[in-house]
Amino acid sequence: MLTIKNLQAKIGEKQILNGINLQVNAGEVHAIMGPNGSGKSTLASVLAGREDYEVVAGEVEFNGKNLLELAPSDRAGEGIFLAFQYPVEIPGVSTINFMKTAVNKIRHYRGQSSLDAVAFLQLMKEKMKLVEIDQSLLSRSLNEGFSGGEKKRNEIFQMAMLQPKLAILDETDSGLDIDALKIVANGVNSLRSKNNATIVVTHYQRLLDYIVPDFVHVIYKGKIVKSGTKELAKELEAKGYDWIKNEAALV
Amino acid sequence: MTTTTATFTFKDILASFDSLIAEDKNTREKSLNNLEQVGFPLSKSEEYKFTPITKLLEKKIKWDHAIAPSTLSSVEPFLIEGLEANLIVLINGKYSTALSKINQLEKDVVITSFADASSSAKVKIETYLGSVDKSKDSFALLNAAFYQEGIFIYVPENTIVQKPLLILHINDANDKQVIAHTKLLAILEKGSRISIVEKSDSMGQQSCLHTFTEEIIVKENAEFDYCKIQNDHGQIHQISNTTISQLNASKVNTFTLTMDGQLIRNNLTILINGEQCESHFNGLYLLNGNTLADNHTVVDHQKPNSFSNELYKGIMDGNSKGVFNGKIYVRPHAQKTNAFQSNRNILMSETASINTKPQLEIWADDVKCSHGCTIGQLDEEALFYLQARGIPHQSAKAMLLYAFALDVLTSIKNETLKAYLDQLISERLHKNF
Repeated sequence: MLTIKNLQAKIGEKQILNGINLQVNAGEVHAIMGPNGSGKSTLASVLAGREDYEVVAGEVEFNGKNLLELAPSDRAGEGIFLAFQYPVEIPGVSTINFMKTAVNKIRHYRGQSSLDAVAFLQLMKEKMKLVEIDQSLLSRSLNEGFSGGEKKRNEIFQMAMLQPKLAILDETDSGLDIDALKIVANGVNSLRSKNNATIVVTHYQRLLDYIVPDFVHVIYKGKIVKSGTKELAKELEAKGYDWIKNEAALV
Repeated sequence: MTTTTATFTFKDILASFDSLIAEDKNTREKSLNNLEQVGFPLSKSEEYKFTPITKLLEKKIKWDHAIAPSTLSSVEPFLIEGLEANLIVLINGKYSTALSKINQLEKDVVITSFADASSSAKVKIETYLGSVDKSKDSFALLNAAFYQEGIFIYVPENTIVQKPLLILHINDANDKQVIAHTKLLAILEKGSRISIVEKSDSMGQQSCLHTFTEEIIVKENAEFDYCKIQNDHGQIHQISNTTISQLNASKVNTFTLTMDGQLIRNNLTILINGEQCESHFNGLYLLNGNTLADNHTVVDHQKPNSFSNELYKGIMDGNSKGVFNGKIYVRPHAQKTNAFQSNRNILMSETASINTKPQLEIWADDVKCSHGCTIGQLDEEALFYLQARGIPHQSAKAMLLYAFALDVLTSIKNETLKAYLDQLISERLHKNF
């Protein structure tokens, strides 16, 4: 589904990604871990098409298309979804209206007709249950005055609405208490299928107790320095990142 | 710009004018004399510091005061769809009996041109005209000297005019340059209510100059809703001087929407001459191309215990230029005044600009006043967020701008009008920014 080869990216003059290689297949969950500032969130942002980053080398292929050539909205149309680490507050735009626009733009991109009001409402009701989010929250301005947990649940709600092929969760666990974490994880798990894939970017192992990954990768200084199974995450939790740093320094 | 041209003077032009009301000749001459003393604003003029109006007019306008011809036979495209309203149409500054439609007015309500006014209405016009507008603005004086048409509105005590009044100013400069000077005088007696929508449209490639002076007197407990839509596509230069005087417990809502045209200058003055008054005045300017839109507002709290709230927002793209000046005066006796002002702007291009200046002068000591102005760009993070959800750049931009602009419409009560404005703004933001 997703093939990343030697991806290098910089922001301003600072190079952050130094040659990422990663293969994600349908049905898989990959966890990307690593110490602060190692490039985890940058990878997520570059995949979603954030313009602050300049790709200086490498390729990203998504279902046979060159992802790097596509505008962010077209990437969403192709089925990429980024759950933001810091969801943006947008006064004056309600989540409902925003989602109606987004769902239909994506449908148009895929050559489908718009959902009518009834069908949209039905879809919304169904997905609201999944993340235990209240309709009154969705009628309010997007994320404005939402708590940290509400913002993250809203991200997963949007993900459920847009039904992406590849979901990238950027530090979705940050700022969540254990109950909210469970709700978010349940949402993500119930959306898993053999046709879609998930990349979970996280600093801590905690989230991976609930969203169990098939593969765990550790990024350090803009490179994947270690890959393994969920056991690797446990090892990191027990030992911290220092041994990875030391290992990397020896290479 | 001088008042003398090679071939004739302003005085010569004036001599050719017919009187619309008694004392007309005198007032016109007096105004012209005042104008000659004051002159047209030069670049050093504080009030026109950022708006080089005289230079522009010198370049674009040939002085002449004949009514320009128009072949316009229908106003259909300029109407507000679905809005049930009485209609006044002025074409190139002249009232059109054929196109105006006034019917089913409440008892004793008067809506008329000055020229067609009954003798009792004329008495009222003579009494009130010039009674609240004491402006020394050059263009108010120019208007006073040369106005070609006046509209008079009178709402008797405790009368609620159900249908809004739509005033269409159409300037048709397809064949010839247009110079139009028009007036509006409205009296709302105690406990009365009316809503006026004033819409100006211009067309053609010749230059247009339109000045209008409006005096509105809102007496005790009366309510006045006023919506001004400036959606000019032509070469319009428009200068309006609007003065609204409020007496005890009256309520005023104004909304000014400015979109295209060459140069738009709105001087809006609200005189709060009573206690327990409420005034909301909102504005929105959505500019691009080379349009210059300048909103100068004054709210003058002369009596205690009143409330005013001003919200103006602007989006500037291309080479457009916005100017905002908001004066709040709170006179020594106007204790317990609440006066709020906010002006927020978004610049969309490197070459667009805004000059904004809040100006508070407070002599009373027990008041609540606040003001704030902001100038910013579109939030890139928000833009990316919307795009990451599949909304293309252009739509995402429009969505954010629309969300930014929308709250200026809160004071509009008529749902049809609100929907129309909403649509106008949304379309504009989708197409032009």
